[in-house]
This record gives sequence, C-alpha cells and structure tokens, in this order.
Amino acid sequence: MDIKVRVWRQSGPSAGGKMVAYDVKGISPDASFLEMIDVLNETLILDGDDPIAFDHDCREGICGACSMVINGVAHGPEKATTTCQLHMRKFKDGDVIDVEPWRAAAFPVIKDLIVDRSAFDQIIQAGGYISAPTGTAPDAHATPVPKKDADLAFEAATCIGCGACVAACPNGSSMLFTAAKISHLGLMPQGQPERDSRVIDMLQAQDDAGFGGCTNAGECTMVCPKGIPLSLIGRLNSDYRKAITKR
Amino acid sequence: MAATEFWSEGEPVVDKAAPDGPVETRWDRRKFSAKLVNPANRRKLTVIIVGTGLAGGSAAATLAEAGYHVKSYCYQDSPRRAHSIAAQGGINAAKNYRNDGDSVYRLFYDTVKGGDFRARESNVYRLAQVSVNIIDQCVAQGVPFAREYGGLLDNRSFGGTQVSRTFYARGQTGQQLLLGAYQALERQIGLGNVEMNARHEMLELIIVDGKARGIVVRDMVTGEISTEFADAVVLASGGYGNVFFLSTNAKGCNVTASWRAHRKGALFANPCYTQIHPTCIPESGSHQSKLTLMSESLRNDGRVWVPKAQKDTRKASDIPEDERDYYLERIYPSFGNLVPRDIASRAAKNVCDEGRGVGPGGLGVYLDFADAISRLGRKAVEAKYGNLFEMYERITGEDPYEQPMRIYPAVHYTMGGLWVDYDLQSTVPGLFVVGEANFSDHGANRLGASALMQGLADGYFVLPNTISNYLASGPFPKVTETDAPVVEARKQVEDRIEKFLSIDGDRTVDSFHRELGHIMWEYCGMERTEEGLTKAIGLIRALKEEFWTRVKVPGKGEELNQNLEKAGRVADFIELGELMCIDALHRRESCGGHFRGESQTPDGEALRHDDEFSYAAAWEYFGADGKPTLHKEDLNFEYVHPSTRSYK
Ligand SMILES: Cc1cc2nc3c(=O)[nH]c(=O)nc-3n(C[C@H](O)[C@H](O)[C@H](O)COP(=O)(O)OP(=O)(O)OC[C@H]3O[C@@H](n4cnc5c(N)ncnc54)[C@H](O)[C@@H]3O)c2cc1C
Ligand code: SF4
Ligand code: FES
Repeated sequence: MDIKVRVWRQSGPSAGGKMVAYDVKGISPDASFLEMIDVLNETLILDGDDPIAFDHDCREGICGACSMVINGVAHGPEKATTTCQLHMRKFKDGDVIDVEPWRAAAFPVIKDLIVDRSAFDQIIQAGGYISAPTGTAPDAHATPVPKKDADLAFEAATCIGCGACVAACPNGSSMLFTAAKISHLGLMPQGQPERDSRVIDMLQAQDDAGFGGCTNAGECTMVCPKGIPLSLIGRLNSDYRKAITKR
Repeated sequence: MAATEFWSEGEPVVDKAAPDGPVETRWDRRKFSAKLVNPANRRKLTVIIVGTGLAGGSAAATLAEAGYHVKSYCYQDSPRRAHSIAAQGGINAAKNYRNDGDSVYRLFYDTVKGGDFRARESNVYRLAQVSVNIIDQCVAQGVPFAREYGGLLDNRSFGGTQVSRTFYARGQTGQQLLLGAYQALERQIGLGNVEMNARHEMLELIIVDGKARGIVVRDMVTGEISTEFADAVVLASGGYGNVFFLSTNAKGCNVTASWRAHRKGALFANPCYTQIHPTCIPESGSHQSKLTLMSESLRNDGRVWVPKAQKDTRKASDIPEDERDYYLERIYPSFGNLVPRDIASRAAKNVCDEGRGVGPGGLGVYLDFADAISRLGRKAVEAKYGNLFEMYERITGEDPYEQPMRIYPAVHYTMGGLWVDYDLQSTVPGLFVVGEANFSDHGANRLGASALMQGLADGYFVLPNTISNYLASGPFPKVTETDAPVVEARKQVEDRIEKFLSIDGDRTVDSFHRELGHIMWEYCGMERTEEGLTKAIGLIRALKEEFWTRVKVPGKGEELNQNLEKAGRVADFIELGELMCIDALHRRESCGGHFRGESQTPDGEALRHDDEFSYAAAWEYFGADGKPTLHKEDLNFEYVHPSTRSYK
C-alpha cells in the first residue's frame, strides 16, 4: 500500500520542531508500524537525509520503549496495543498518518519522536519497591497469598512504563502509572509494612518531577496498552487518605 | 580436527577457582574460602556493572546493599527495559513444592543432560542449589507469581520435564522478575548507592596493569565519550542472537561489550552454541525486523503437523486427517509434541526442506489447537493461552481459534559467551561476566525456564560472593584519565566513530546486518556442514571488507545518532559471525544446539563424539599467526555419566 506520513522532526532538546511529510510506497499490510518507519528511514539515509529517531527495543509490546502519538492517539488506533504491535493492515491505502512524540511537561523531547521518561524512574525510586535486601527472604511458602489478591496484583504489575497514560492526559498526570505500582505492591502481604510511606513518597515524587494533577479525565486508561483500569486510581486515593490520617 | 588454515591451538585453559571434592559441598566450601571485605572498606570499592537485565540488575542491587559503590549502565532509556523483560514462560527452581520427586540433584541432572554433556558439573550443581533461594527472594520483593486457590505458588511442567518445577507469572514471568530486580535497583539508586547511567553504551574495556579497571562509554543522547573507572568490571550485557539479524531478541541486543573485552584478551567460549526456538511466528516479508516467540507452553496442547504431500496449497481445514503428518508424534512417540527445542526445530526444518512447509515461502508448520478446543472447550483454551492467541492474531491477522497457527523456528538464545571460571571471572583479572553474556551453565543446549534462573543466580547469589574474594585485595591503585591504557582505549573509540562517519558509502548499516543474518542462518543455523561453514567464512570476510568501504552512517558523533550505534554493533557482529563459523567448523560432532550434517546416526539424530570433543572451546582473539587460538577446557563427568539423549 502507499501512504503519506507526517512526522514531528526536532533536531535536539532546545531546537524548534515541525511536522514533515514523507511518502511511503509499496508497504506490505503485514509490516508493523515501526517496520514502515524502518523502510522510510532506509530511503532517507540513502538520500542523504537524517533518519527519524524513535525509541523501540523489544518490538513485542513488553519493554515499553516505543512511544508514538499516531493520528492524535498515544500508541495509535488499535485498543490495548503498543506502537510496535500495531500493523499496517489497520490503515488503508492512501491514508495520511500523523506521527508525534509523547507530549507532556515531565517528558521533554530529546530528538524527533524520542522523549526523556526518566521521571518515571524517579517515582519508583521514591517508594515503588518492597525493601527486601538479598539473602533476607523467608521460604516462599511462609506467607500464602489469596489467589484473588495475587491475580489482581499481577494485573496491576503488567504496566510497561511506556508513559502513554501521561501523553494522553490533558494534565500530563502520571496517576495511572503510579496507581498501578501502588496497587501491585499494596495487594501483596509483603508490601504492607511500607504501604503508607510508599503512597505519600511516590505522590510527592510525581509532583516534584513536574507531572500534572489527576482530574479523573479517564483518557489514560483508554490508551493504556495493558488495560490498567481507572479503578486503581481510586485505590491509590483511598490508600493516600488512610496514610495521611495516620500521620 | 587439528589446527588449520582457520585457527591454531594453544594451551588448555583451566578453571582454577573450582573446588573439588563432593559436588554437594563445593559451593559452600568456595564461599568459605573466599576472602571477605570488611564492611567499612566496601564503600571505598567501586564496581562497574554493564547491563541491567536480570543478571546485571540483581547484581547491582545486591552489591549496593552490601555496601559497595556501584556504577550501572544500560543502553535503553531505563534499566527496566532490558530484554529480560520479554521472557514469557517461567523460571525453574528445585523447590519440590509438588512433592513429585524433584530435588536439587534432579535439576542438576536434568540440566547437565539437557546441555548434552557440554557444561561443568560444579557450576550446574550450584545453579540448582541456589535456584530455591531465588524464588524466596523474588516472593519477598512482591513478585506476583501465579498462585493456587489455597494461596500457595503454582508450578507447571515446562519444556518436556517430568516434574513441575517452573514458577511463572502468566506469560510475563521475565517482566515480573525484572521489575523485582529493577525496583531493588531503584531503591539503591534513591539511597545514593548506585549511580545509574541509562542511555549509555559501553564501547571499550580499560585494562591497566593486567586488570580490568574501567570502560569507555558513549552518552547516547549527547554523543559525549567518557572514561569510567572502578576496582572491578562486571559485564551483564546479554546474548548475541542478533548476529542472525532476525531473532527473538530485542533490536538493541548486541555483543559489543563482550566483543570489546574479547579483543582485549577475554576468551570467548563455545560461540557456535545457539538455541533455535521451534515456536516463533514465521517471517511475513522483506520488511521483517524481528521475530516473535510464541511460548513453548503452547506445545502442551497444540499438535504440530504438515500435509503429507509436497506443495499442498489447500487450506488447513480442507486437508483431511489421513493426509496430515503429525510428524513429531510419529517420529518421537514417547515425547511427541513435547520433544526438546533443538529436536523440534530441526524436525520442522526437515519437513520444510522436503517441500511440505505451509504458508508464504513454505517456511512454516502448523500448530493446531482444534483437538484441544474440542476436548477442553474454547473457554478453557482461552483461559490458558488467550493472551498468546491475541498476540498471534495482532501480528498475523489470522485467528488461531479458527485456523491453526503457523510457526517456524527462530534464533532465541546463545549458550556461548565469554569464558568464566567458577567465580564467574573471565581470563582478564577483575572482569566478571554474568547472565546470558557468559558461557557458564547450559552447555550445548539450554533447557526452558533456565535462563532466568541462571541470570538471577549469578546476580543475586553467586557474583556477590565471588567478587568479594577479588575485591578483598583492593582498593587498587588509582587510575587517571592520562594513564596510557586509558588514553589508548578512548582513542580506539574515537577513531572508530570517526571511521564510521567518514566512509560515506552507498549501503545502509541495516543492509549489512541483514546480509550477515542470511549467511549465518543459511550456513551456521539449524544444520552446519564443513562445506557450508567454509563458504560462510569466505562470505563473511568479503562482507567485512565491503562494510568498511561502503557503509553509510549519517549524522554526527556528538548527537543522538541511532545509525552510529547500530554501525558499531554490526561491525562487532561481523567479527563474531566469523568466529562462530570457525567454532562450528572445528566441532565435528553434533551436540545440543549444534548439529553437524556429517555427524548423525543412520536415522538422522545428533551424534556426539565424547572421545574427541568433551571440552569447552575457549577462543583467543588473535594467535601469533593472526588466527583465533583455541584453548580447550576439558570437561569431566563424575556424577552424570554421558549418555545419548533419546526422545523416541
Ligand atoms: C522472547 C524471549 C523469551 C524468553 N523466555 C524465557 C523463559 O520463559 N524462561 C527463561 O528462563 N528464559 C527465557 N528467555 C531467555 C532469557 O530471557 C534471557 O536469557 C535473560 O533474560 C538474559 O538476561 P541478562 O540479564 O543476561 O541480559 P538482558 O536482560 O538482555 O540485559 C542486557 C543488559 O545489558 C545492557 N547492554 C547490552 N550491551 C550494552 C552495552 N554495550 N553498553 C551498555 N549496556 C549494554 C542492556 O541495556 C541490558 O540492560 C527468553 C528470551 C527471549 C528473547
Ligand atoms: S499505566 Fe498503561 S499507559 Fe501508563 S505507563 Fe503503564 S502501561 Fe503505559
Ligand atoms: S518496542 Fe518494546 S513495547 Fe514496543
């Protein structure tokens, strides 16, 4: 199929950027979206142009590296699908497709479609863990975990840290990401001792990193490739209220 | 085969760190004999760790917890994205929670046998021993493993083992284990004990006075080159399956860290041992950039078949039962669809070579769930494999509930890697290697769910004990920017970058990588022959020439430049590819993932030659005559006596 892509080009963090249009011809519908960009980049290189920079690694929807806003939607039109798992058969011959980076105050653009997401790591540093130094663990069966809790914790823990939720949020809030981690760890018995300090410290860290506040717009969960539900934000809020009152 | 025009042979290499005596007590004795570092002195000792996957992430967190100063590096934008994140199936541990006869000894036995008697008994025993601690550690970190209704951990049988010892978290075990290690690492970063450098690529090793003392790194955002110093260097940089261009590895996986160390003297062992996984989604066209694994667990319920007739282009549903060949069930009646990976892969290749493959180009076989769906019901199949079926549909556009999946083998894991002794120390003092980057525990073939186990065993439990023995003789003399070896290492990096950017040829880096991949897959893939390998060496040498005269790398060095990154990796893959072919050529036997056409039984099964090849082949970069030099490490089997693997 033949398509046109209009891609955000920005040479560096402090440079201005603009949308640039490219024709991509003869793309197989079985190619992935990133493979389409690969094909385009090969021609750009041979033509002496600068290829489009974009983050990617696993290309199977699990590492969370890929991050493109496609036709205005973080990760593109297919539900519960990362950019790398999106395939060209979801588009039509002759389509014009806009491709932009994540846009959020806490995720500054580094180059073209690549942004700096280190603010997510800072949120985890503040408390997104269970303190269990190596060698101190009791037998794994010492504490049974109800299957219901373990399953729910797992669902929350499937967050890939891609940042689509932030990119989709009108406030640039990281609440869904933080809520997923709070829920994962808060549902496990091992996570109880640090439960109160965790929620307070992680919320502080997300404010410090420049993420916006949550107004329950719900856009985050719509684009989340892992289907992290909005209800986890409710869980976070309730944990936060409890933690604050205990203080 | 004696030394030839392609290689020469040197002195044997000996593992001096391995204790002898009863295998059950070797690790305890090694830990007891290892020197300790006084807690007050640890802060004065710096360890560089390249890689934040299961091996590097767990090692960094653990060493920082112990009080060492750690500097950590990864090429992704966050340590959480290391390729360990993609592991699906599970992690083995000899917990015997099922009371089904499992034990440390049985896991040890299975792993030595599964590795086709090409691994060290001491290492494998230790791996089986610490496997139980790994599960405890991960549960303490809050890793949400699958559980039963009673709240206890669930287990499954994986890759055809007779016991259920695999712990898992749906189809995302690697993700959950890595997040556990990542969170422990972030905690140490927050406490100021680890200095994390994401988007930094190691491009050279610094050796001062014969000891590994640092690395040269490139900041992948600004392009700045810097030299980093430490008392010891740990490589945890993963596997090199991307030498084949198409593999199940992430796009950035590379051999550069290991290869740079190899060029500076670290021996590279068994490079030709590669694992080709039987259940991956076949290629769909020339745009293909990677291959996706479909979990092995699918073979528990799916039946593998091809049409009996050649070039049968009918739809699968139009091919009647008696015109189908369920070839694994036919050839291997006792293991059927659950034969080990190398056997399933080669069988798929054979039926496709016979012209009976399905799908585009005839490079595929069916994995059919029709029987499972009619036996268990669609709901039950969905509950077990729903996410995998969705993934398959997303990639191929075909519905596996309606028509059988098409699968084909793909490169998945590399058993070879830098040679290390029992302490995980390479032949360069102070350079340690952990995880998939070393060659240590899997011999010629890795069993399913054992790589995650090895990565975490190395990082949480083995390295922290053995590296202290080395560090106890530190802190070492201060290294500075102006020391001759430092200046030289930096210059090597700068010159190479300069060279890439100045060639300004007419072929892209990817075009070379693809071509290398074709050569490797064709001649050093599922079946290797003397003729093919000799041809491949010639082709790779010609490709190398062409690369260094015709590659076109756009942009500058002092900026984010993804093609410059790729150029460095592909240049190293080309050299590695040649060594892999030489290693495969020299090993005139079939073992594990290495199948030599000349070495098979009358009915086409792999034929090992223990009399000649019961050793690990450790290669030195250049011998005096410009050829790689082979150093053999003899393998002795005191407990598990070499036998022929039979799955018939
Ligand atoms: C799709 C897939 C599924 C798998 N499923 C299973 C399974 O179910 N069970 C199992 O046991 N095993 C499985 N494996 C194998 C297993 O996942 C890997 O062997 C293991 O995770 C490797 O871990 P590692 O820490 O050694 O390396 P990795 O996780 O690959 O980490 C490498 C690290 O090194 C860094 N790095 C590399 N080069 C450089 C450089 N030059 N400079 C700086 N940093 C660098 C990277 O940034 C990364 O942080 C699977 C593998 C794949 C590909
Ligand atoms: S919550 Fe969803 S969208 Fe947000 S980082 Fe996690 S996976 Fe991505
Ligand atoms: S590239 Fe890893 S999730 Fe898309």
